Amino acid sequence: MDLANLSAHELADQLKSGKVSSVEATSACLQRLEKTAGLGAYLHVDANGAKKQAAEADARRAKKQSAGPLDGVPIALKDIFLTEGLPTTCASRILEGFVAPYDGTAVRKLKEAGTVLLGKLNMDEFAMGSSNEHSGYLPAKNPWDATRVPGGSSGGSAVAVAAGSCFATLGTDTGGSIRQPAALTGIVGLKPTYGRVSRYGVIAFASSLDQVGPMTKDVTDCANMLQAIAGHDPRDSTSSTEKVPSYTETLEKGVQGLKVGVPKEYFIDGMDPEVRASVDAALESYKKLGATLVDVSLPHTDYGIAVYYLVATAEASSNLARFDGVRYGKRVDPGKGLLDMYLETRGKGFGPEVKRRIMLGTYALSAGYYDAYYVKAQKVRTLVAQDFKEAFAKCDVIVTPTTPTPAFKLGENTGDPIKMYLADVFTVAVNLAGLPGLSLPCGFSKSGLPIGMQVLGRPFDEATILRTARAFEREHDFSARRAIS
Amino acid sequence: MSNDIEFEPVIGLEVHAQLSTKTKLFCGCSTAFGAPPNTNVCEVCTGMPGVLPVLNAQAVELAVRAGLGLHCTVHERSQWSRKNYFYPDLPKGYQISQYDKPICTGGKLDIEVDGQTMTVGITRIHMEEDAGKNVHDDLVAGARSYVDFNRSSVPLIEIVSEPDIRSSAQAAAYMKAMRQLLRYLGVCDGNMEEGSLRCDANVSVRPKGTEKFGTRAEIKNINSFRFVQQAIDYEIERQSELIRAGGKVVQETRLWDSQAKSTRSMRSKEEAHDYRYFPEPDLPDLVLRDGFVAEVGKRLPELPSDKLTRYTSKLGLSPYDAKILTEDAEVAAFFDAALATHKNTKSIANWVINEVLRELKGNSVESLKFKGDAIGELVKLIDDSTISGKIAKDVLVELMAHGGSPRAIVDSKGWVQVTDTGAIEPIVDQVLAANAESVEKYKAGKTNVIGFLVGLVMKESKGKANPAMVNELLKKKMGG
Ligand SMILES: [Zn+2]
Repeated sequence: MDLANLSAHELADQLKSGKVSSVEATSACLQRLEKTAGLGAYLHVDANGAKKQAAEADARRAKKQSAGPLDGVPIALKDIFLTEGLPTTCASRILEGFVAPYDGTAVRKLKEAGTVLLGKLNMDEFAMGSSNEHSGYLPAKNPWDATRVPGGSSGGSAVAVAAGSCFATLGTDTGGSIRQPAALTGIVGLKPTYGRVSRYGVIAFASSLDQVGPMTKDVTDCANMLQAIAGHDPRDSTSSTEKVPSYTETLEKGVQGLKVGVPKEYFIDGMDPEVRASVDAALESYKKLGATLVDVSLPHTDYGIAVYYLVATAEASSNLARFDGVRYGKRVDPGKGLLDMYLETRGKGFGPEVKRRIMLGTYALSAGYYDAYYVKAQKVRTLVAQDFKEAFAKCDVIVTPTTPTPAFKLGENTGDPIKMYLADVFTVAVNLAGLPGLSLPCGFSKSGLPIGMQVLGRPFDEATILRTARAFEREHDFSARRAIS
Repeated sequence: MSNDIEFEPVIGLEVHAQLSTKTKLFCGCSTAFGAPPNTNVCEVCTGMPGVLPVLNAQAVELAVRAGLGLHCTVHERSQWSRKNYFYPDLPKGYQISQYDKPICTGGKLDIEVDGQTMTVGITRIHMEEDAGKNVHDDLVAGARSYVDFNRSSVPLIEIVSEPDIRSSAQAAAYMKAMRQLLRYLGVCDGNMEEGSLRCDANVSVRPKGTEKFGTRAEIKNINSFRFVQQAIDYEIERQSELIRAGGKVVQETRLWDSQAKSTRSMRSKEEAHDYRYFPEPDLPDLVLRDGFVAEVGKRLPELPSDKLTRYTSKLGLSPYDAKILTEDAEVAAFFDAALATHKNTKSIANWVINEVLRELKGNSVESLKFKGDAIGELVKLIDDSTISGKIAKDVLVELMAHGGSPRAIVDSKGWVQVTDTGAIEPIVDQVLAANAESVEKYKAGKTNVIGFLVGLVMKESKGKANPAMVNELLKKKMGG
């Protein structure tokens, strides 16, 4: 069997038993990467750096100083993470040539855990998009069908994991950017509770919504990755001091006696019948495993997209102001003074979707409109959060489809921003409420496209989400299927 | 409008004070002044991608101290906001500030103008970070501009007054009182040349006797007491002339040009920035823990007005002397330290005011090579007759030059006063013999010549003889 098709924990077992080395696993990823280069997963490959780190991991293992389940495991990172000494562009032309001067906290933790960093992954520019078609460099393609999108914004991350060109990765999720591409590529993706993982060293899109999370081949890998990166960070004042439990300890406990909430607002007319059938079957499966299904209601679901696009764009318009050509990244200076330098730099550096969102956000914060848009959106946001609070009084987890449809065709939605935004209709509310949510494969369409379901939980209750997902995964082979053999 | 109409100015001041913290508001970089460009910087204060702010707790304590000193309501919960605008010295493209929920509101500051006390209301105090500094190299061909981020994210408070001020003299007095208070509180070093304290003035005029406020202009970039007065006087005159000539004041931001001694328009109301303030999502609300404000209140040093009252009523100093001693926090601390060493209020006050401050010639007492306790010790040496007042002045000269302890100086120089009659008597005899004429005068009733004779004995003894003893001996020998 090709090493590149192992999950990270399967690889860890083989590293432990000495059957394979980290150097071999790294080569396997690099070979797979070459074979699947047309999928556009990577923006930057650091083959030499990775080989060196793999050799160091093997040396640690020889000296019995191995750090844990991730030591020697080759990973890659969404290009939104600052990685010292490596290019970090956020898939934007405005950061072309920018080399990160420091490591973000999650990156540092993964380095301390012994992972091998293969390179930086493609994404929608500044994480703005649901198809990876808004990358400033090249679109990424779905390994299950290269004429289709892998989802976004963490599209490259999803492709790399699904295609086996890395064993695990981190994405960021502002409105579904981990879960939606995970669903469209048949992998596991977790957006933890807001504040569970430090945002330090992650290029900000919308600060009150952004959260870092793992994207992996299965639930066990997801638990191991979360374990490595979770916890309070004194450099991020919004990170939580809530204690981090052991996620692996409770992983196999099953769902016996668990109450699974089913929100009627997420099973809408017009959603893809195959998606509906897969999620319905999964719910049946939970019943068989000893869980109770409970009807719950999230009445403000319809406002999710509108609220999201006001809050996220408002914050983004401010967060992206620092890309001005003065200190780093691209500078286009026609030599006619400061204003023209700003206009040309940002005009040429940002792609159309980023500009669209900066304009939307600037408008929402403008004098005379602020109360009508931003303030009102924040009020509705508290109502959305309240919905979940009330629902979780009746159940332990909530299960929904992750996306209304399986992967759509490249170019299918690019002409219609609103249609593109609706790809996030089931994922944005979780970000607005700051809750954790995980997507895992729950089926395949007749045409062979993966279908994902979402497991949502109470604040900081990732352990219950992971155990719920694992209980399903254990009974089915969806996570074990590989797009590339 | 008629030409002889009299106008009354309405003035409000916004004081920006740099908080005396060692490190910046949102990162660990030093706030030290005068470092080479871009040496006190890190990824946070230069706005690198991915960075996040972490609040400096010391800055919060200092802001609370300022609030208490200005009798404000200190809010247990306040909020950070982003003020968005583009400028090269603003690395993030926004300044983290406080907007609609500032840390302090509703205080007051008493000021004295021409012997009259008046109260100026404080609207609010909010915390914010400073920007960097643009440096223009326009003296050479192909001129370039540079940015120095050493100041970027240095902590400031902005203290906004009510429009209670009615003259440039009041404005200057307000600035002086504010600087004095902030220095007392240890909140701000008040160094206006280094930019630690600066102000913007909102100035409008209205016909005397009317209620309605005129249209105001905001004058920026005022960084000395003199300039406060000059800028406001200029602006009052400009606006009054304008109205007298039938014109209208427009709402705008004007810049004080200290070289030209005038204000000039910077941007009109139409050109004003829309700062698009919104709550800073990278920082939780600033919540002061239970009891924090009370603790800070307990640690609050004595305020200038309280000190003034204590010096006059408890220590019995004249209002004039008390004013001089309390004007500057360091001088007052110096005096208090002297008094703690030796309890002779009047004498110590005289020494501090008439000798030490005079010698300083406007320099700060902190530049001295000795502390207040040395003056206490010096006066004690006079009071217990170890040295004469004249020798004490020599000791002070030594202290000024080299520092050290007065007692040690007196010992090492052998300046201990001679109180042994056997040692003084021969000098007295010698002086009397050489000044028979004066002795005759004395005997004839002109007793005031004794001062002259005492002086001669003191001179002969090189100042070491005890003057009272010399006096006694002279009287005795002349049969007085
Ligand atoms: Zn710094």
